[in-house]
Amino acid sequence: MEQPEILIKPGMGALHYWRDIWRYRELFFFLAWRDILVRYKQTAIGIAWSVLRPLLTMIVFTIVFGKLAKLPSNGVPYPIMVFAAMLPWQFFANSLTESSNSLIDNSNLLTKVYFPRLIVPAGSVIVSMVDFLISGVILCGLMVWYRFVPDMRVLLLPAFFMMAFMASLGAGLWLSALNVKYRDFRYVVPFLVQFGLYISPVGFSSAIVPQKWRFLYFLNPMVGVIDGFRWALLGDAFPVNWPGFALSSILVVLMFAGGVFYFRRMERSFADVV
Amino acid sequence: MPAACSISAVWNAALRTWCNRMSTVITVENLGKKYLLRHQSAQQPYMALRDVLSDGVRNLGRKLLGRGDASARSAEQEEFWALRDVSFEVRQGDRIGIIGRNGAGKSTLLKILSRITEPTTGSVRLKGRVASLLEVGTGFHPELTGRENIFLNGAILGMGRAEIKKKFDEIVDFAEIERFLDTPVKRYSSGMYVRLAFAVAAHLEPEILIVDEVLAVGDAQFQKKCLGKMEDVSAKEGRTVLFVSHNMGAIKNICSRTLLFSSGMLALDNVPDVTISEYMSSGFCQNGIWVNPGDNIIVCNKMRIDSIKIINSAGHISGDIKSTANFSIHIQITVNDNGCLDAQIAVRVTNQDGIPVFTTTSTDFTRKLTNMRNGTHKLKVPVPADFLPPGKYSIIVAAMKPGEELYDHVVDEICFVINDAGNHSTLFNDGRIGVVTPLIRWDHLFEQGITNERNI
Repeated sequence: MEQPEILIKPGMGALHYWRDIWRYRELFFFLAWRDILVRYKQTAIGIAWSVLRPLLTMIVFTIVFGKLAKLPSNGVPYPIMVFAAMLPWQFFANSLTESSNSLIDNSNLLTKVYFPRLIVPAGSVIVSMVDFLISGVILCGLMVWYRFVPDMRVLLLPAFFMMAFMASLGAGLWLSALNVKYRDFRYVVPFLVQFGLYISPVGFSSAIVPQKWRFLYFLNPMVGVIDGFRWALLGDAFPVNWPGFALSSILVVLMFAGGVFYFRRMERSFADVV
Repeated sequence: MPAACSISAVWNAALRTWCNRMSTVITVENLGKKYLLRHQSAQQPYMALRDVLSDGVRNLGRKLLGRGDASARSAEQEEFWALRDVSFEVRQGDRIGIIGRNGAGKSTLLKILSRITEPTTGSVRLKGRVASLLEVGTGFHPELTGRENIFLNGAILGMGRAEIKKKFDEIVDFAEIERFLDTPVKRYSSGMYVRLAFAVAAHLEPEILIVDEVLAVGDAQFQKKCLGKMEDVSAKEGRTVLFVSHNMGAIKNICSRTLLFSSGMLALDNVPDVTISEYMSSGFCQNGIWVNPGDNIIVCNKMRIDSIKIINSAGHISGDIKSTANFSIHIQITVNDNGCLDAQIAVRVTNQDGIPVFTTTSTDFTRKLTNMRNGTHKLKVPVPADFLPPGKYSIIVAAMKPGEELYDHVVDEICFVINDAGNHSTLFNDGRIGVVTPLIRWDHLFEQGITNERNI
């Protein structure tokens, strides 16, 4: 059997990178599978955590923002409005937390085995997708409970999910690469996630932001993602501010492309630095 | 017939290069790897953002004050060539042993060959799938069961799912762990752990296999089995093996050719006997003391071997020991971890033929791992008189958690000479030869009269 020749030279890492990612797809799935398996080992209630966490957050937000602050929900049951936003936000936040530490957690692999390093943070995003799917099931349950039927727009949901995915992976790549070099970022990420929860329209609707600031609000790319999710799931009650949405989309694409570029540039030195 | 001649010459040349290309699987040309050592915060290879910011501010300050910052920068960073101008070729089916002292560049070479790190200069051409066993059990997850870890570890080493499934039973057989297949590996004994890890690795089928110190741990019987497996792989199946080890006996047994590295350069490329004797007889520190120079790229920061000394019976540091006198090996170790570590410190003495004469560990008598608290530890290994025959010996010291982590190791950095001082035996010239020459007190019973053995 003819074997491909591998050439190793300074600065040559890039040559067959994307082909290599395809070739290492099984490792990619194995790493994700490992993280999912390990996740709830030695926990008393195990997978129930994935149900409890979003559910409790939703209840707290509904009480604080819906009942106490009496913010509007445009005729949609408040829990459903919150949960439609929790879906992408939680996916983003979990991906960020998991992927930013992923390279350091796997440093024993990085220093000993070759594989395209991109599959490590990407694997963490896949793991967060499991939580996303579980939350999706909870949302279905809520919709049945409140007898809420989404219209045909729900078919566009995968497109918005792609946007959430790109935002998560893009930010994850940035933070994981930065974290290898500057360990400060392990303190930055929890703060970022906590902060982000309040500046993104998770517990409330983006409609309560004053009109003149509305466009600028979309500078936070998650605003575009969340509004997209609400529009697709909840219908006309949550119209999308399309110029703002376009701004968010552009930022997501830039963040993703920049993340891949920066990660690829830093990747070569990971094994020496980590 | 000039035309025909030239045609056949061209044809022959083409044939020759084609043949060469067929059989040469690794071509290394002028390979070099440079590291930048940071002196200021030498402990951590990574930086804190704070340092970058403060450096930036400091440099800005210097610029404003009109002082150059170039000199300041070069004072903090120093170039270090871990590998320099290395060229060699490996043909298919070769079994190459790679030897050299700590920091000679062996591991850096392997890291470049297995594409973990990029070279600074030069190039490598590889033909075929490369698999490296840099450390046993890389990527094992303690919470996962043996079965799950076989799949995970296989994938990390480059096997596909289908391939692992096909060999699953064979792997389990080889590792002898059937009963514990569904137990998390954190409950395995270290022996079982190593066996499982090597079993997965041994069933890889790469064209080029890179092995680094895998056999440092594990029980003797299993080591034999692994060495056998490696010989099989290379001899019967025509695979290429690169084998880094400090076990000269194993190198002699397995390898057909040996590369000797010395301070980043390829010093010698020859058959094992020649290379090993060159290695054993050159460049040793022989004054009975070795002190950690601190420039090593440390495996792990938790534990560091600071110094090794040979102390003679008079209490002086010396590399010249009389065969009739006892002496001791003194090891100083600094532990720098939060709390304490369970460890085993091992000392191995190797003779000039590369044969390990004995290995002793800090756990020989305690039968449990030594508790190493933060601070400095001084360990003493007494060696009895008349035990080692005259000759030259080198010492390996390793600090590890068996089967899990190698904290630090110092290989052949220090050696000593046993001088013939004429013990009792030489008085009679009784041909006392052997790897060790202990004096043994015999029991001698005597009964007067004739004893008939058959009646007893």
